[in-house]
Amino acid sequence: MQQITLLLTSLPDGILLGFVYGVAAMGLTLIWGVMNVINLAHGPIIALGMFGTFFLFIRLGINPYLGLVPIAIAGLLLGVVIYFTAVHRVINAPHLSSLLATFSVNMIIIGLATAALTTSPYNVDFSLGGFKLGSATILGTRLVAALIAILVTGALYLFLYRTRPGKFIRAVTNNRAAAELMGVPSTRILALSFGLGTMLAAVSGALIATFFPFNILSGGGYELKSFVIGVLGGLGNPIGALIGGLILGVLEGIIPTFMETSWVPVIEFGLFVVILLVRPKGLFGAKK
Amino acid sequence: MKSWQKHLGLVLPLLVVAGVVLWPIITDNVSARESAFTILKAIALASSLNILLGYTGYVSFGHIVFYGFGGYVGLYFVNDHGWSIWAGMLAGGIASGILAFLLGKAILRLRGAYFALATIGINEAMKAFANNFDLFGGPIGMVLNFSVYKAYGGAAEALKMTFYIMAGLTFAALLISHFVRSSKFGLGLLAIRENEDAAEVMGVIAPNAKTWAYVLSAIIPGMVGVLFFFKNGHVEPPVAFPLHSSIELLVMVMLGGQGTVLGPILGAFAYQGMRGYLVTSDFFKDIQLSVSGVVLLLIVLFIPAGAIGWLRHRIPVLRRVLA
Amino acid sequence: MTVLLSVQGVTKRFGGLQALTKVTFDLPEGQILGLIGPNGAGKTTLFNAINGVYPPEEGHIIFRGQEVTRAKTYTMARMGLARTHQIVQPLNELTVLENVMVGACFGQENHSLSNAYGIAEEVLEFVGLGIRSEQLAASLNVAQKKRLEMARALASRPKLLLLDEVLAGLNSSEIGNMVETVKKIRERGITIIMIEHVMKAVMNVSDRILVLDYGQQIAEGTPEEISQNEKVIEAYLGDPKLAEKLLKEE
Repeated sequence: MQQITLLLTSLPDGILLGFVYGVAAMGLTLIWGVMNVINLAHGPIIALGMFGTFFLFIRLGINPYLGLVPIAIAGLLLGVVIYFTAVHRVINAPHLSSLLATFSVNMIIIGLATAALTTSPYNVDFSLGGFKLGSATILGTRLVAALIAILVTGALYLFLYRTRPGKFIRAVTNNRAAAELMGVPSTRILALSFGLGTMLAAVSGALIATFFPFNILSGGGYELKSFVIGVLGGLGNPIGALIGGLILGVLEGIIPTFMETSWVPVIEFGLFVVILLVRPKGLFGAKK
Repeated sequence: MKSWQKHLGLVLPLLVVAGVVLWPIITDNVSARESAFTILKAIALASSLNILLGYTGYVSFGHIVFYGFGGYVGLYFVNDHGWSIWAGMLAGGIASGILAFLLGKAILRLRGAYFALATIGINEAMKAFANNFDLFGGPIGMVLNFSVYKAYGGAAEALKMTFYIMAGLTFAALLISHFVRSSKFGLGLLAIRENEDAAEVMGVIAPNAKTWAYVLSAIIPGMVGVLFFFKNGHVEPPVAFPLHSSIELLVMVMLGGQGTVLGPILGAFAYQGMRGYLVTSDFFKDIQLSVSGVVLLLIVLFIPAGAIGWLRHRIPVLRRVLA
Repeated sequence: MTVLLSVQGVTKRFGGLQALTKVTFDLPEGQILGLIGPNGAGKTTLFNAINGVYPPEEGHIIFRGQEVTRAKTYTMARMGLARTHQIVQPLNELTVLENVMVGACFGQENHSLSNAYGIAEEVLEFVGLGIRSEQLAASLNVAQKKRLEMARALASRPKLLLLDEVLAGLNSSEIGNMVETVKKIRERGITIIMIEHVMKAVMNVSDRILVLDYGQQIAEGTPEEISQNEKVIEAYLGDPKLAEKLLKEE
């Protein structure tokens, strides 16, 4: 009985967080799916999104949800810059090159940000109150974050399936060479995809900052979660990433009811490796 | 292959390592010894990783897991069961070798980025596991009982000894790297690196060869882990399994040139040298990580074959010498 | 005459596509079997089934008296089977010599490195790549890469050699050289199956010919018989006179 109460308290939180994880993972899997590059700078960009909320809200007093717009735009531009400086030259090189190229971006961001911001924790003091749902308390910030995550997923889906650049992105994902032959400007599309990927990362960070304290290294954990979600949900599929995020969130809600919370990462990463071995293309929406 | 050339391929790396070992001995300087220890450790780890990365072509992003796991196992026996450092190192090496064997059977089926991701997952899972495993002290880790050093003539003597053991391990790593590179087994690994399917069609039993390459690349890191934690006097999960160090090792191998004996040695030397300079420089010390990042990016973008690879391509005669 | 390879009712599907349907033949030791048929007839798929790349769904493959239907490619190599690839697969960053040494080291004779070195030098002379042995394989042109494929296969001293379009993409003088090489290989007593589109060459070199069409084995016989077979002419050669012309030209 006590366990059920515990479950009911932790599960809703896990689910709400899961949606936000989903957005972070979407950014990673979009890039991965489109250009077969695993963006190891994903974590620091999530962290930059967190600091975006901090500065816009604490220093400029802009509402954190309104602040998502400039953060998204900055994230998009940053991604395009990263693409052209670090990724474009190694896009057809062996995996080691693109992994190390994006990791070097990771090092550059973390190095500069550590010098400027130190690694002490920051906190965005923002609250929307909360309400009781049975024995669980739902925080307003988490509920809104989850709703925004769903909106973002829907928007990305519409963009990919209803707009011309979105269709180009899917064409490049399927077969870059063929898409080029059909006249798709592949370099611009790749840069746009990378920008969208980093935009999603920055937005997820901006949302997370409304309810968790953070520092420049905090993105790392979400980057690893994004890997797990990526193999759960498959590549380049926004809905898959959202479902993968939910699964992870639910797991994080359930596991603490029967073992110590500190076991959560053991289970997560164990699961990750097992899924990689069994279904390397993801549990759902496996394409390619 | 002319025999002098074959020998030069071993002599050159030996000379470089011997230089690093002799430098603190000649100058009789404790801080030089510490620097040399760090460089030797990097050389031993990078040369081990090179067997998997450079010869076999499998990109392990979590190779440090063998250092951490072996180190934990060895230190556990030294600390809790009174084993000598030698027995502890042996245990750590064997433990890492067995771990690599079991992991290899499973994850070496994955290719390209999927393998790299799996190795990250394993490292993180292992770190989280060590955090929860009471025998290894959980999140606090293990602190070596200082009386252990008495058996080696006190702390100062014990630390001096660890330097010589480290030198020995580095030579061992180098010899393993050389003998793998110049053996039939190594030729099979190179064939796998170039084209695994074609290699199998020619009769290379890739699953076995890859597994043994993985095991060989794990044993020395396991032993180095034991030695380092013994020297440091403690171990805790983030110190044992730093994902960052795994990637630094990749950078070293890449910097010097993967797939050669000398490459990882020069890469480790250059990388540690650069870091040593950056962290002590007034101008760079705060953004040390960023500068390393820029250097890495430049290497990846412009000389992906590493220094040795670049030389080999420019001057074909060197291909034999710089094996 | 002993049967080296026996293919019995081999069937292979890819999804809904029937790539091979009950292909059956025996190959006696020392013969050259020509494998012809239009593009997509399943010729390379048959090679892949024999050497273990894609094990067949039905049927049996017996090599040197052993059931090898589901054997791995490396097992087949170690039993004395070697092949070349239609799309060349050089080990790019290794030298030409090292490429060939891999064949000698891991083939059925399982040579040591130093023996392999000698074998590789000899085989490279044989296929005419002797002067290129220290070059990286990536630096060869297509014709040279095809010879390298051949050399790697020969260095393993195989019992059975599968040649997949070794003449495709070569100019006429290169074809002449390659045909001579194939004949010399036969003189060494190596059994060969060759897939070829250059009819003149395959009719000229083969002891027997097997014709595939849409995965079906539509004919098997001597080059003479095949050139007069109605089904073959219809399915493949198109022009009834063509076959005769091809035979006469040589």
